[in-house]
Parts: sequence; C-alpha cells; structure tokens
Amino acid sequence: EDFDNHSYNNFNNGHGNIFGVPEARAAPPTADSVLFEDTSSAAPAMNNQAYYTPGYNMGPPTNDMQGGTGVDNLFADPMANAAMMYGSSLANQGKDIVNKEISRYVSVNKLKYFFAVDTRYVLKKLMILMFPYTHQDWEVRYHRDTPLTPRQDVNAPDLYIPTMAFITYILLAGIALGIQKRFSPEVLGLCASTALVWVIIEVLVMLLSLYLLTVHSDLSTFDLIAYSGYKYVGMIFTVLCGLLFGSDGYFVALAWSSCALMFFIVRSLKIKILTSLSSDSMGTGSSAKPQLRLYITMATAIFQPIIIYWLTSHLIR
Amino acid sequence: MAFTLYSLIQAAILCVNAVAVLHEERFLSKIGWGVDQSVGGFGDEPGIKVQLMNLIRSVRTVMRVPLIAVNSVCIVLLLLFG
Repeated sequence: EDFDNHSYNNFNNGHGNIFGVPEARAAPPTADSVLFEDTSSAAPAMNNQAYYTPGYNMGPPTNDMQGGTGVDNLFADPMANAAMMYGSSLANQGKDIVNKEISRYVSVNKLKYFFAVDTRYVLKKLMILMFPYTHQDWEVRYHRDTPLTPRQDVNAPDLYIPTMAFITYILLAGIALGIQKRFSPEVLGLCASTALVWVIIEVLVMLLSLYLLTVHSDLSTFDLIAYSGYKYVGMIFTVLCGLLFGSDGYFVALAWSSCALMFFIVRSLKIKILTSLSSDSMGTGSSAKPQLRLYITMATAIFQPIIIYWLTSHLIR
Repeated sequence: MAFTLYSLIQAAILCVNAVAVLHEERFLSKIGWGVDQSVGGFGDEPGIKVQLMNLIRSVRTVMRVPLIAVNSVCIVLLLLFG
C-alpha cells in the first residue's frame, strides 16, 4: 500500500503530453498515468481548457472592476481572512480523514480502475451490449499481470456505465409513472431501492455459488457488480420502447435486449469462469465438474431477462 | 414486490441468525454435516458439501458475538417502533 501511495503522488511528474493515439497497444504506460490521462482526442481537451480559462479570466477582472474598495474589504478584515483559512484547513483535514476511512473498507485504487473510461470506450461498450453478435474477441487483455483499464481494452468491465444506467433507469421510471399519473416521490425511492436490492441479491448469490464451487477466477466483487449492472442498459432500452411504441414495442424490445444481454453475459463470463484454474494444484486441467460452472453461467444469463421483465413491467401498463 | 434496503437488512439478519443457531453436536453431526466429517480430500478440490460445512462453521465462529449486539438492537428498536 505504501508503494501505491507514493506512485499516486508522482502521477503528474513528467507526463505532460496527452496520451494520444487510441489504437496503440504496443506498450501501455504504467497504470497510474493511464488512469489520470485524458485519452479522448486533442480537440475536446482543448475545448475543456477553453471552457476553463474564461472562468479564470472572468474572476479577477470583476474583482478589479469593483474597485479598490472590494479588494480592500476582502483583505482588510484579518478576522475574516483567518477564519477563511482556518475553515479551508479544517475542510482539508476532514477530507483526509474521510479518504483514510474509506480506503480502509473499499480499495480506492481498485475503484478508480473501474471508472477510468472515455467516450470511445463507452460508445463501443453500449454497442456491444445491444448488439453483441458481431464482436469477435472477448478476452480481457492483461499488461504484466494487471488487467488493462477500460480505456485500453473494450472487454474490461467498468462501473461507469452501470452507475449511469442505474440513475437513468430511476429517472425513466419516474417519467413513465408520471405519464400514467401514478407518480409520487416515494415511489421513486421505492423503485430505486428495489433495483438496488435486486443487484445486491444477485451479486451475493453469484459470490456464494462461486465460493461453493471453488471457482478461483479473478472475478472480484466489483467485477460482479459491473456485470450485473449492465442489465440496466437493456432495461432503459426496453422502457423507452415501451413508452414510445406501446405494449407491442415493449415486448419486442424486451425480447431483443434479453437475447443480446444473455449472449453478452454468457460470452463474457464463460471465459472467466469456465477456464479458470480449479483449486487442484496438481494441474490436471479444469475441474472435475465443468458442467456445474456451465450451470452457473447459464443461470446468470437466464436470470437477466426475468429481472428485466420484473422491474419494468409495472412501468408499462 | 417492492424491496427496501431495510427489508434486505432484515432478511440478512434472519438468515445469519438461522445459520448461527445450527448446533454442532446436537444437529450437524447427526446428519453428517459436522466438522469432524469434513477432513478428507487433500489435493483434490473440496466439493460442495465440504465448502458448505466450512462456510457454516466460519459464519458461526465469526458472527456469534456481533449477532448478540445486532439482535439486541433489533429487539429494542422493534419494541419501541413496532
């Protein structure tokens, strides 16, 4: 852990250039710089800077325009100055304490890996989620034993899409209920917590079954949360079609997104579960019960359409 | 079926209580799920039954004391707030 902290402090030294070419897969840089560099094309980066500088430019001129009296008021009162600095130092201390406490329970490095995405990755992943039949290579690429970040590998799971899709689903549920004049703020909270509870239940059941069958895959808890959160993309698509095209559109979209999601889950988890090393250290290959691992993958896949139907049917009457 | 996080916590507490109540000598050994029957298979993978027995035993060992506290808090809250 100490090593990780030191490398975090050094992330902005000597990496002034923007990590440019998206297709370069020869020698990815160290994980720290990749996590924090912007890999989208140069134009949006310059746009961001252009957006930021007007803000900075407008700050001092307005202060100057208020004249010397404004500046004097700000600095003439030493008590306010001291209070401001004391408050900011208190805030920094509080931030440090919160960071320390959080990093005791949740590994922040691991979490940052899942949010290291860019727009190109998000677009490609959404396309794969909705139409996975033409995607050829499902392997997650590694770089010296660490998995590549989602920015460099489109097969890597991420937590950005599930989080955004979850929030969008809640908002869509509110819209759908509002159209049917059944909306109230409590219903929104109920919908959110129901969806969250189902995700938690699914992740717990997956963890339990993976433990019982001694499947030593490299699926961490966050990976399972990510794979189980991808169904929200299908749910959003289904609810949208149901709202736009009525009940027929709902069932057509449900069938389409169920098939796509089942295919995606089976192909992604098959590589991770079925070919993982068993606890047999004598190296006799895969475990003696490969069909049980297949059952787990199949059960996960079949659970997706059921839960999509369960969580969206009450929105489309 | 509308779940709230509170119902999830309730279900979790009930499940953990159920696992913690399984007595080692009076019940688990009688049905062949005692820990003395789980030693075996070195080198080979343990199998589902052994994993389950280990899981039950570890849940019992770890959660005995916290469950006392959690159950007391639950009892007090349910008495006060229904």
